[in-house]
Amino acid sequence: MTRYILKRLLQGILTVWFIATATFFAMHAVPGDPLSGDKAMTERIRANLEAKYGLDKPLMTQYGIYLKNIAQGDFGISFTQENRKVNDIIREHFPVSATLGILAILFAGVGGILWGALTALYRNRLPDTIIMFLVILGISVPSFVVAALGQLSMVNLNTFAGFSILPIGGWGTIWHMIVPSMVLGLSTMAYLTRLMRSSMLEIINSDFVRTAKAKGLPATRIFSQHQLRNAILPVITVLGPSIAAITTGGFVVEIIFAIPGLGRYFVEAVQQLDYTVIMGTTVFYGAFLVFMVILVDILYGYVDPRVRVS
Amino acid sequence: MATSNFSADAFDPVDQHQQTHGITRPSRSYWQDAWIRLKANRRALYSLYLITGLVIFTFAGPMVWQVNPDLQDVDQISQPPGADRTVTLVEPFQPWYGNPATPGEGLRFAGPATTQGVQLQWDPIPGASGYRIYRNIYPVGAEKAYGLPLKENRADQTYFQDRLDLKPQTYFYSVVALNVAGEELPNALSLAGQLTRVITANEARRRNLLLPDEPAISGDTLTLALHPLGTDYLGRDMLSRLMHGARVSLFIGFFAPILFVLFGVAYGSAAGFMGGVSDQVLMRFADFVVALPFLLFMILFKVIFAVGPGESGIAPMLVAMVLLLWPATARLVRGQVLQIREEGYIDASRLLGAKTHYLIMRHMIPNTMGVILVTLTFAVPSAIFTEAFLSFIGMGVAPPTPSWGSMCNEGIKTMLTTPHELFFPALFISATVLAFNLLGDGLRDALDARMRNRD
Repeated sequence: MTRYILKRLLQGILTVWFIATATFFAMHAVPGDPLSGDKAMTERIRANLEAKYGLDKPLMTQYGIYLKNIAQGDFGISFTQENRKVNDIIREHFPVSATLGILAILFAGVGGILWGALTALYRNRLPDTIIMFLVILGISVPSFVVAALGQLSMVNLNTFAGFSILPIGGWGTIWHMIVPSMVLGLSTMAYLTRLMRSSMLEIINSDFVRTAKAKGLPATRIFSQHQLRNAILPVITVLGPSIAAITTGGFVVEIIFAIPGLGRYFVEAVQQLDYTVIMGTTVFYGAFLVFMVILVDILYGYVDPRVRVS
Repeated sequence: MATSNFSADAFDPVDQHQQTHGITRPSRSYWQDAWIRLKANRRALYSLYLITGLVIFTFAGPMVWQVNPDLQDVDQISQPPGADRTVTLVEPFQPWYGNPATPGEGLRFAGPATTQGVQLQWDPIPGASGYRIYRNIYPVGAEKAYGLPLKENRADQTYFQDRLDLKPQTYFYSVVALNVAGEELPNALSLAGQLTRVITANEARRRNLLLPDEPAISGDTLTLALHPLGTDYLGRDMLSRLMHGARVSLFIGFFAPILFVLFGVAYGSAAGFMGGVSDQVLMRFADFVVALPFLLFMILFKVIFAVGPGESGIAPMLVAMVLLLWPATARLVRGQVLQIREEGYIDASRLLGAKTHYLIMRHMIPNTMGVILVTLTFAVPSAIFTEAFLSFIGMGVAPPTPSWGSMCNEGIKTMLTTPHELFFPALFISATVLAFNLLGDGLRDALDARMRNRD
């Protein structure tokens, strides 16, 4: 197991290096450079600025410095916000995105597992039909429409109540987090529901469930001890990629609900062509996702002993 | 003992070539069989109809409904479908400087309230050293939400003519008294009125509502151009925009998946065939590409292609999707190829002298086709989503070009007042994605060889 973890970690570091390299050379392949922006400047100012950002050195030297800095966890200074470190930007905005993402994953995971189990138990009956219809709808409606509808229903709810039950945007208290995280987790929940349903259907017809029934175990115990625990396994495998989907999907929700998260900041940085912020957040997000997937894979080994053997 | 009624020739040996009565059904190919099973799946079949309808809507639609998607109908801005289209002919605009003799008390209209101008006249408020005129589209209410400030008047000017961007709807006007310092006093006058849509004869002729030689009589009603699905916030025809926007959305939706699936197939089968070290290297590289955060790199590609903010980036979108999304298909195809390579019929075929080329054409491609087709079907909705998402955050198609995503982006801003501007593009995206998802489900079931002969 230790060997496996080490191997995966090594692979992860290689992947992050690949992402960093791809981002670096991609950004340097862009026609023009960060300084040829809107402001006209003299040769001397330009030379000074280039020296400040290290743009006067040869490309490979810059790459070496860049890699060394990343290895030390330093992403440089923002181009558009003078003297603001990219690390500070990430430190300030990432916790917000992470909180939102964790809540969304919790919502998606718990909801998906429960709905999926429920639909499987009521297979081809009314609850199944209704939930699966909603699930298909949840997969088919774009996230920004769901976000807009979520906000609209909050507005209507507040108008109906006559006072502000839930804030329609911003960040701060737990009340700000409820609707955005539900909106963010919705499509993942729909996907997990489908997965859970098919996995549960397989489990329901398996031998050990029949044996449990034959032993005379109560239905609730069969459900919690035998069916649910085994059916959850495939859901855990896709949790890694789901985290990726939720963090990237966070852009829209952060924009619509005016949440000061890193996703929104990234979109702004791209619009302003803030090169160091773009590179820094890309590498940071990439590393985060890679290690989340590895973490989920390792956890999976603990949850399902069969994986450890193979 | 029972008597036997067998004739003597019943014991003759059977002719080996004689047809026995049929216990087999007519032979069907894999694809015929899959098609029959797909047709039995009603949801998949309806989805197929829906997709066909959508393609017709996109390509034949603009021929039937020949309205320019960029043309602005300034008389009908943000009109929902089925809105009133009548317009009344009026005389050209004349300046107006108040009429204290207007009958009535308090704040009142000094003439018909039309979209050409609203003439307000009020009685002086005692103690007022000035007035501020407001307009709101909602009732003022207890919280004194007067709305948009229009003008400040001196104390002796107790009239105002509103000509600011008038729409045929109900407006709530308020006149608030000001003290010497210009601060608002609590006493205010309010008035609500429904505006009628009007047009001058010249204007009507210019827009082909009146023929050049047709007489224009003030008070006559004309009918404005028809917009079956209403208009957007710039007065552009929604139906026409949806048709033209579908081209972008479906172009990305079809071509990006076709290209990256083809690339994935080539890559995956190459890796699967070569095996050994090259397989390992190729697949490790695919793992790297999978790890790249998709949306971040998609946005990066736009920067790399030097498509600035506010420009349409269909090409970078396509390239980015092809370059980043192929690994899933490659992995799948490689797995299939590795599996099929070990099958008995491949060995048999080799024994009979088949060359690699024949094996690929005869066995590999037909046997992986089902999986590839299903991947392709599921890739279409995600590509449409991606296009919509990128256009939504302003990274995809830029404003003059319509696309469903950019239409949603525009519609979301006026969601509270004119929901149809968001509803229709969102409906089209959702319906398309839904159809492809259901079709993909149906295809997966139909093409699954294990389901064969299980009618």
